[in-house]
Amino acid sequence: MHDILNALALYSNYVIVPGLAYGSQLALGALGVTLIYSILRFSNFAHGDTMAFGTMLTIAVTNVFLGWGISAGPLPTALLALPFGILGTVAFVLLTDRLVYRYYRKVKAASIVLMMASVGIMFIINGIVRVAYGPAERKFFDGERFIIKARAFKEMTGLDEGLAIRSTQAITVVVALVVMIALFWFLQKSRTGKAMRAYSDNEDLALLSGVNPDKVVMVAWIIAAALATIAGVLYGLDKSFKPFTYFQLLLPIFASAIVGGIGNPIGAIAGGFVIAFSEMGVTYAYKRFLAYLGPDGWVPDSLMQLLSTDYKFAVSFVILVLVLLVRPTGIFKGKVL
Amino acid sequence: MSYLIGENMTGGYGKGADILHDCTIAVDKGEIAVIVGPNGAGKSTAMKAVFGMLSLHGGSVRLDGKDIGKLSPQARVHAGMGFVPQNANVFTSMTVQENLEMGAYIREDDFTGTMEKVFDLFPILKEKRKQHAGELSGGQRQQVAVGRALMTKPKVLMLDEPTAGVSPIVMDELFDRIIEVARLGIAILMVEQNARQALNIADKGYVLVQGRNRFTDTGAALLANPEVRKSFLGG
Repeated sequence: MHDILNALALYSNYVIVPGLAYGSQLALGALGVTLIYSILRFSNFAHGDTMAFGTMLTIAVTNVFLGWGISAGPLPTALLALPFGILGTVAFVLLTDRLVYRYYRKVKAASIVLMMASVGIMFIINGIVRVAYGPAERKFFDGERFIIKARAFKEMTGLDEGLAIRSTQAITVVVALVVMIALFWFLQKSRTGKAMRAYSDNEDLALLSGVNPDKVVMVAWIIAAALATIAGVLYGLDKSFKPFTYFQLLLPIFASAIVGGIGNPIGAIAGGFVIAFSEMGVTYAYKRFLAYLGPDGWVPDSLMQLLSTDYKFAVSFVILVLVLLVRPTGIFKGKVL
Repeated sequence: MSYLIGENMTGGYGKGADILHDCTIAVDKGEIAVIVGPNGAGKSTAMKAVFGMLSLHGGSVRLDGKDIGKLSPQARVHAGMGFVPQNANVFTSMTVQENLEMGAYIREDDFTGTMEKVFDLFPILKEKRKQHAGELSGGQRQQVAVGRALMTKPKVLMLDEPTAGVSPIVMDELFDRIIEVARLGIAILMVEQNARQALNIADKGYVLVQGRNRFTDTGAALLANPEVRKSFLGG
């Protein structure tokens, strides 16, 4: 019994708790991608870099706040700066829509054209972030680091293995949950949310019903920009902020959206967790975990790791390819790409 | 002087060739007007022209004496016209009730009374109001589509082949409902493939051939006309 609990604590510490946090971050990113896909009908490749842009703004405001001596006590100051980061990112994203995407909508360009335009925007944001901020890695977390420390957990439970819960992990899960509930309430209950769902379901009929397409598109961008900033800041708080990492996040985020069923918000959330737990589960070294569960004194010879962590991106890629081959609509029946 | 009239309409889609030539369609309040004709006669096109979905370069469209020829389809909805397209005429991922709410999207006032009236007209919709429209049968879907269009309290309801793809029993039921809607004082203009059944309930019938009016008369007179019977109703 003791061994099983130890194994469980070990697994929670290295896979379940970090996986929940990472899954929430992916889910928030995938929600933004799926929203733009269902309203504007193209895959927004600039989403990862929009996350970087929003995080950069939030870090800048955080530094200003810290300079003024404002902090959030035990919570990271970045949470106070987050609303300002969101506002700036919304303004920037609406500007890109005005300058670029609006033209392609007006000429009724194919969705592949809009997608390529988003690749262009991606490079532009990439450049802006590198010029303004630089390519370096930076941590911007402050406040209380742990909710439960590994040693405290050991003393509390008398187990050999510690389970640490970092405050950024808890913050990530709580913020993601609040944002998701708010988003679902908005989409299901509010007049504008219903108009957005109607527009996504059947554009012609929505126009016939008097839905204003410009407003729907604008609200979609605002929500996507807010989601991108929140996802980016949470990821950065939990790990660190490095612009190139955010660009790389595009792959697991798209994989999440597609695995769950692109265009379907519930699918985006489910997909985020599927990808996160697959990545963590496959790259985790099960040696000690199995040693606890096996017969006494037995320890596996190898690390019992399926894939080295260097290959974690391959995991989302393989899942993506499998889903597209076997079930292209995803778990929750999104639109077929 | 009819309540809604598309008079001597000539035009086609975009810059394409003309599909309608001097075509006239009219309907009065409380009346059912049916457009029939062979495939490719421009039946749906004539109705879409009345609704402003194609560019006319001849003729006029008037609603209650006012020229609405320059209005967009959305503006015509505001002016009191309801339109039920033939395909994709419901929001499949939304519930029946949400479909009706979307129908009333342009209304600023309280529309619960109108929704109750739609439920009275189509009791099955009240029963299934929490279900997604995509899960309903073809006939029920058509009822959702008609109900959605009625939510704006239109004075004219236009239906593009409402009975396409439904069984004969469901077709009869739908026609009964459409008669009930007309009795509320709404003008009904519809395009139908099932010419004989449609003319049966029609106050006015328009037989179009190649975008031109071929026969125009009451439904009963058209059904009795030997030439119409021979050419269009299969004897």
